[in-house]
Amino acid sequence: MVDKSREEYWRRNVKLVTGCLIVWFIVSFGFGIILVHPLNAIMIGGYKLGFWFAQQGSMYIFVALIFFYSNKMGKLDKEFGVEEE
Amino acid sequence: MSLKVMTYLVVGATFALYIYIAIRSKAKDTNDFYVASKGVHPVLNGMATGADWMSAASFISMAGLIAFLGYDASVYLMGWTGGYCLLAMLLAPYLRKFGKFTVSEFIGERYYSNAARMVAVLCLVTASVTYVIGQMKGIGVVFSRSLGVSFEVGIVIGMIIVFIYAVFGGMKGVTNTQIAQYCVLIFAYTVPAVFISLTLTGMPIPQLGLGSTMADGSGLALLEKLDGTLVELGFAEYTAQKLSTTNMLFLTMSLMIGTAGLPHVIMRFFTVPKVADARSSAGWALVFIALLYTTAPAVGAMARMNLMDTIQTGAVGSADGNIEYAKVPQWFKSWEATGLLKFEDKNGDGRIQYYDEKGLKNAESFGWKGNEMIKVDRDIMVLANPEIAGLPNWVIALVTAGGIAAALSTAAGLLLAIATAVSHDVLKGWLMPNISDQQELKYSRIAIGGAILVAGYLGLNPPGFAAQVVALAFGLAASSIFPAIMMGIFSKRANDKGAICGMLAGLGTTLVYIFIYKGWFFFKSTAMLPDNVDNWLFGINPQAFGFVGACINFAVSYMVSNMTEEPPERIQQLVEDIRVPIGSGEAQDH
Repeated sequence: MVDKSREEYWRRNVKLVTGCLIVWFIVSFGFGIILVHPLNAIMIGGYKLGFWFAQQGSMYIFVALIFFYSNKMGKLDKEFGVEEE
Repeated sequence: MSLKVMTYLVVGATFALYIYIAIRSKAKDTNDFYVASKGVHPVLNGMATGADWMSAASFISMAGLIAFLGYDASVYLMGWTGGYCLLAMLLAPYLRKFGKFTVSEFIGERYYSNAARMVAVLCLVTASVTYVIGQMKGIGVVFSRSLGVSFEVGIVIGMIIVFIYAVFGGMKGVTNTQIAQYCVLIFAYTVPAVFISLTLTGMPIPQLGLGSTMADGSGLALLEKLDGTLVELGFAEYTAQKLSTTNMLFLTMSLMIGTAGLPHVIMRFFTVPKVADARSSAGWALVFIALLYTTAPAVGAMARMNLMDTIQTGAVGSADGNIEYAKVPQWFKSWEATGLLKFEDKNGDGRIQYYDEKGLKNAESFGWKGNEMIKVDRDIMVLANPEIAGLPNWVIALVTAGGIAAALSTAAGLLLAIATAVSHDVLKGWLMPNISDQQELKYSRIAIGGAILVAGYLGLNPPGFAAQVVALAFGLAASSIFPAIMMGIFSKRANDKGAICGMLAGLGTTLVYIFIYKGWFFFKSTAMLPDNVDNWLFGINPQAFGFVGACINFAVSYMVSNMTEEPPERIQQLVEDIRVPIGSGEAQDH
C-alpha cells in the first residue's frame, strides 16, 4: 500500500521535473540560441527579443522555475504525507 | 585622498571583517567543519552559495568577455545560471535526504563500491584543484595591482589569508564569511553599474538601462547605437551571432551540467536543515547570482560603448575624429603602465585609431595605417570601468575589494571540498577507518594547507594555464560526476560496474579530446592537432566537449548496468528512500 502511493508520488515528481525542464530548454536553448534570429526581428524597448532572452530573460525564468518547482513539490509532499516535520 | 590610500583602507576594512567572522565561528567538531551543523537558513545559504559560486572569473572576467564577444558571451550567462535548475530539480533534494557529507560518499554508498567512491574522489579533486589555481592567480593579480606589490608577494598574501579562514573556520566560518563577501561583491558590482547606466541612459537600473534610449539626444537605443558604432569601425555587430550554433548549444550545455556537478556547489546543499529547504535554497542562490549575472551584460555593453566613445570622439574618417594621444585620460595611462593596454602610433598622426582591419576596407583612404590599440586585455574592463566613467576613488577601491572577495570566497569553498574528499573519503573512508573526529579534522586541515601550496605554486608558475583550464574543470565535472549522481537517483537499475565504467569513459574521452588540441597535461608543444575549427571533430570546440563526455557517460553507464546483474535489494530500497523527503532528520553522525 505504502509502495503504491510512493510510486505515484515519484511518477508525479518526474512529470513535474520534465515539464519544468522543457520550459528551461525552450527559453534558453530555444529562444536564446536556436530561434534567436527570427526573434531578433521583434523589439521590446531597446532590446532585440532573442538577444534579451539570451542575456536577461532566460535567467529570470530560471529563477522563477526553481521557486515554482519548489512550491509544487511542497504541495505534493503534503498530499502524499511524505513531508518532513 | 589618493586612490592607493583609499584602496588600502577599503580592502583592509573588508579583510578585518572576514577574519573577525572566521575566528568568531571557529568549528568545534567534524560536523561543524564540513556542513555547519546543517543549521544554515536557506536564504543565507543561498547567499553563501552565490559568493562561493561567483569567482574571480564571474566578477572580473565575465563582463569583459561580454564587452568584446557581445551576443556570443550569452553562453556564459545562460550556462552558469541554468545549471542551478538542474541542481534544484535533479540532485540537491535527494542528496540532502541521503544526508551524508560528501558527493563521493553518496557515490560510494549508492554504488556499494569503494572503487566507485575513489574514482569520484579523483574526479572531484582534479576539477577542484584546477579551479583553485585560477583563483589563486586572480587573487595574485588583483592584490599586486591594488596594493602595489609584486605578483609573487600578492599570491603569498592571498595564500595566507585563505589558509587562515578555511583552516580555522571550516564550513561554518566559511559560510558566515561568504555571506559577508557576497554583500561586499554585489555592492561593489552594482554601484558603478548604476552610475554608468544613469549617465548613459538616464535609467538607474542597469538591466533596464541596457534596453533604454541613449541620453545623448540621438534618439537611438543603447544597443542600436553600439551596433552602429562597431560596424562603422569594421567590427562585427554587438548583438549578432559569431559562433556556430552547435558550439553555442554544446558550450552552454557543458557549463550547465558542469555547474550542477561541481563538488563545492553541491556540498552547499548538505548544509540546509530540510529537504524542502534544499529545493528553495537553490532558488535563492540563483536569485543572488542572477543579480550579478543580469547586471553583467549592461556593464559589458556600456564599458564597450564608453571605450569606443573615448577613442573615437568624432565622425569616422574625419581629420579630428580621433582622440589625440597627448590628451588621453588618466586611466588610459595607468593601464598602459600595467602592459594590459597597448597603443602604437602606426601612422604617426598623434591620434589613436581603434578599428577592425579586416572589416574596415576603406581605412587607408582616411590615412589610417592599421589598428593602433594593439592590446586591450578583456580582463581589465570591470576594474577600469569606474575610471573610464569618471567615478570617484572610493568606488574604484570598492571594485578592487569586490574582486578580492569573489576570488577568496571561491578558493575557500573549493579548498574545503578538497580537504573533505581527502580526509573523509580517502583517509577515514578507506585507508584509516579508525581515526577519531579530532584526527580527521587535523588531516583535513593539513589537506587544505597542502592544496593551497600546490595551487599557489601552480598559480605562481602557470604551465600555460588560462581560461581553457576553467572550462576543463567544468568539462570534467560535467562528464564524470553529474551523470553518476543523476543515474544513482533516477535509475534503480544502475549498478557499480555501470557507474565506474561510465565515469571513466566520460572523463577519459573529455580529457583526451582536450589534450589532443591543448597539449598533453597542457604542455602546448605536445598538442597533436592545431586548435581550430577545421580540425575539431564535427567542429566541436574542446571547451564544449564536456557535454559529449556526459552523453558518453550516460550511454556507457546505461548499457553496462543493463548487461550486468541488478543492484542488491538494500540498494534499491535506498533509492526508494532518498526519493521521498520524510524521515530525513539530522545528518547521521559518524
